[in-house]
Formats: sequence, C-alpha cells, structure tokens
Amino acid sequence: MTASLVEQFERGLAAPICLTWELTYACNLACVHCLSSSGRRDPRELTTAECREVIDTLQRMQVFYVNIGGGEPTVRPDFWELVDYATGHQVGVKFSTNGIRIDAAVARRLAGSDYVDVQISVDGATAEVNDAVRGTGSYATAVRAMRHLSEAGFRGFKLSVVVTRHNVSQLDELKALADRFGAQLRLTRLRPAGRGADTWPELHPTAAQQRQLYDWLAAHGEQVLTGDSFFHLAPYGGALPGLNMCGAGRVVCLIDPVGDVYACPFAIHDEFLAGSVRQPGGFAAVWRDAELFARLREPQTGGACRSCGFYDSCRGGCMAAKFFTGLPLDGPDPECAAGHGAEALRAADRAAAPRPAPDHSRRGGARARAGGRGPVPVTIGRRPCNEDPLADFAGAASRP
Amino acid sequence: MSTDVGAHPGFDLDRAWGLDDRVAVRPEPFGALLYHFGTRRLSFLKNTTVLAVLRGLAEHPTARSACAAAGVGADALPAYERALATLAASQMIRERP
Repeated sequence: MTASLVEQFERGLAAPICLTWELTYACNLACVHCLSSSGRRDPRELTTAECREVIDTLQRMQVFYVNIGGGEPTVRPDFWELVDYATGHQVGVKFSTNGIRIDAAVARRLAGSDYVDVQISVDGATAEVNDAVRGTGSYATAVRAMRHLSEAGFRGFKLSVVVTRHNVSQLDELKALADRFGAQLRLTRLRPAGRGADTWPELHPTAAQQRQLYDWLAAHGEQVLTGDSFFHLAPYGGALPGLNMCGAGRVVCLIDPVGDVYACPFAIHDEFLAGSVRQPGGFAAVWRDAELFARLREPQTGGACRSCGFYDSCRGGCMAAKFFTGLPLDGPDPECAAGHGAEALRAADRAAAPRPAPDHSRRGGARARAGGRGPVPVTIGRRPCNEDPLADFAGAASRP
Repeated sequence: MSTDVGAHPGFDLDRAWGLDDRVAVRPEPFGALLYHFGTRRLSFLKNTTVLAVLRGLAEHPTARSACAAAGVGADALPAYERALATLAASQMIRERP
C-alpha cells in the first residue's frame, strides 16, 4: 500500500466518518456567528418518521455516530425519542446544545448511556465575553447545564468553544472551566458561514492571536479536541494531532433540517448542495452518487498554493472559509498562516462574495443586526467532527 | 527490528484476544474503520491484512496464530504486533480466557 491515509480519505469513504445532522433551524438563541443562520423552525423540516428512516439508512451504512446540532436540537418535541431510536439502532449520538433543556433529570438520563455524548457550547470563559456573541444569559444557562451533568456523574462531556478574537486570551480559563466540571475542552475554528459571514471580519483571531492559538494547541496536544479545525495553522510548526485535510464530501457531510445534504456543515449554500435525503435512494444514494461529491473526491491540484512549501501540511485550508470570503477555492485560506490569505483578502472583492443561504434568522434578528452591538442570542453550533485522535498504525501502514 | 519481551506492556502475542463487544467494524477500500462505542474512539486499519487478523482473533488460540493465518510473515510480524498492542491499549481488543 503506497497511498497515505489522508490520500485514501481524499478519495472518499463508503460512508462518512463525521456526519453532522441539524435537526431544526429553531433556536432560543441567535448567536452572531451561527453557521446555519438559525432562529425560526422551517415548516418543511423532516418529520419524526422521516428522521427514523434516515437513522435506518445510517445504521445500514454503519455510520457509527452522528453529530446532532441545529438550531437548538433539544427544542424539537421528538428529540429524545430520536436519540433513543438512534442509539437503539447502533448509531451513537453526540449532540450540541446551549444547555437550555439540560435539567437534573435529563442529565441523569444522559449520564446513564454509553451511546450519547453531549457538547455544551460556550464562547467565553466569562459571561461578558460569552454573552456578547451568544446572547444575554447564555453563559449562565450553559454553566447550569454543565453543573447538572457533572452532578449526575457524566464524565468527559465536551465544552465546545468557537475561538474568536475576544476569547483567544481565555484559553487557560476555558480549560479550567472544563476541568471544573469533569468535561473535555473542544476548540473549533470560527467560520465565515451563516451569520458568521457578516461577523467574521471583526471576530476572527488576528494573525498574532492565531500564532498564540497554535502554540497553545501544540502545548496541550491531545488533551484538547479540535475537530481537526486548525489544520490551516500547520505552517507555524507542523501538523497538530488529527486528520489534516478538508473532509468535505469525503469523510464529512451535513444533513440540514429539511433533509438537504451539503458537503460540510460550514457550506450551507447551493454551490455545496449534493442532494436530499427525500430523493429516491435517500441519503445513501446521495453519499455514493452525488456529482458534487464525486468532484470533491477527485485529486485537487492545489492551485495557487501548489508552489508553497507548506501545502503538504495545510492542503490549502478550509474550502468554506475561502468561499464565503470571496477567495478562489484553489487559493490560500483567508487565515493562511504563511500570510498569503491576508494578501488575497486585500485583493478580493468582498462585496461580491457569495451570500450564505438559506436564512432562518428571526425577523429583525441577528443577521440584520450582525456586526452591531445588540444582545444576540445564540445558536447551537454545528461543529465539525470531534472524534478522538487516531490510533495511527504507522507500522502496518508504512509496510512496503 | 526486534520483538523484545515487554516491548508492548499489556499485550502478549501468545495469548488469546478478541474484539471488544462494543466495537463495530466497517470495511473500507483502504482497510477498515473501528469504532468503540464505550470510549468513543475511532481507529483506522490501514490495510485488509490487519482486518483479516482482527477477524481471525476470536477463532485462534493466540494472536500469533491469527497473524499467521492471515498471511503475516515473520518480517512483518513486529509491525502487526505493534498494531495489536495499540488496539489493546485503546481497549479495541481484549484478552479472552
């Protein structure tokens, strides 16, 4: 076997490793960086019966677990029923929540299942920093949920943080917050997707902060999960733990609340729409046959990045980040650690960048206010994968 | 390359092993994916031989004989021993009586 694991993965897998499933666009919050511009439920959302069919398909495909998000998934009246249905069919569940429905009784029930994992979204170590992004009271809600989980004996749930310009100086405090509740810290990258497209210019970490983030991640290694978010930072000093590649359509995809299948959770736009679970053949056919996915699984040329000495480690960065900042997909990531992104951004026509769609923000809500100062309630993050680090079979793999 | 005794604490090639009950195996073109529902860890088997070894573990009295039955020669054995030791350390496989 000559191809590396990454090269193998780039050609696609029999089923996704990291499948995100947004169950609803409804959310009690309206985070300024919400990737799915959530707020209002969409009347076309999948019914309970349709959701069960999707789970049956995932079981047949041996998708080991789904990352459920939203919107706020727990506000769906059938949420717990669907969790039970999935775990009863060998499909584990990790769900992201702002904590609104995690009371003592729910926490006890969650602590009793091996097949359910929970990610509480927090975007600052203090209410001030968190609530500026996620909305007034959201920090208190999250902390209350974490206390319930901790008291119920749930060990190792995730405290999931989108790293921004305002919380990047709180990484030690965020780690301490996770430790306090027996949770594991998970850091992910701010993407210019959904409402985040409007807030990214003010919220994304500066170049100096990115360097600081890289050093912090390198020092904390595998104690901290990243969902492989930060592979674009590899030029600072080598690859971080995890798969260092864009998984869109290859090992990753998104099912949105109305059943549309996108290449990744950060790319909710027609350009990255592969099909629908409602079409004949369902999700399995989309994953296997979608023309978009076939294209994403072809060898990529590297484009303008090809001559860069760091291309092998960063692989050109995040497709969605480029797309929504108006950069060419075969050029550098807007946050390219080698500095090429900053140049490209100056040259790009930001006004002509594609607009995220669809928008389920509440009327007069966050997108309208995005970038403003208003209290902006949150959304639940659609997170990338957060599987644990790989057990790497260097020996077996590198055999001639 | 050598197979020093004690090189892989917690793993002995001459004992009986098997997949943990909570581990699911998904074949892939490159080998297979393993997922442990209890630890929530993924592992990647990077070729089909190591998959054959794993599948044979339950029927063989030792891991060594499972490797031999899957066609692992003496030269390759240390690499497979390392791979199995890694899987044992992450509880993907367990010693069985």
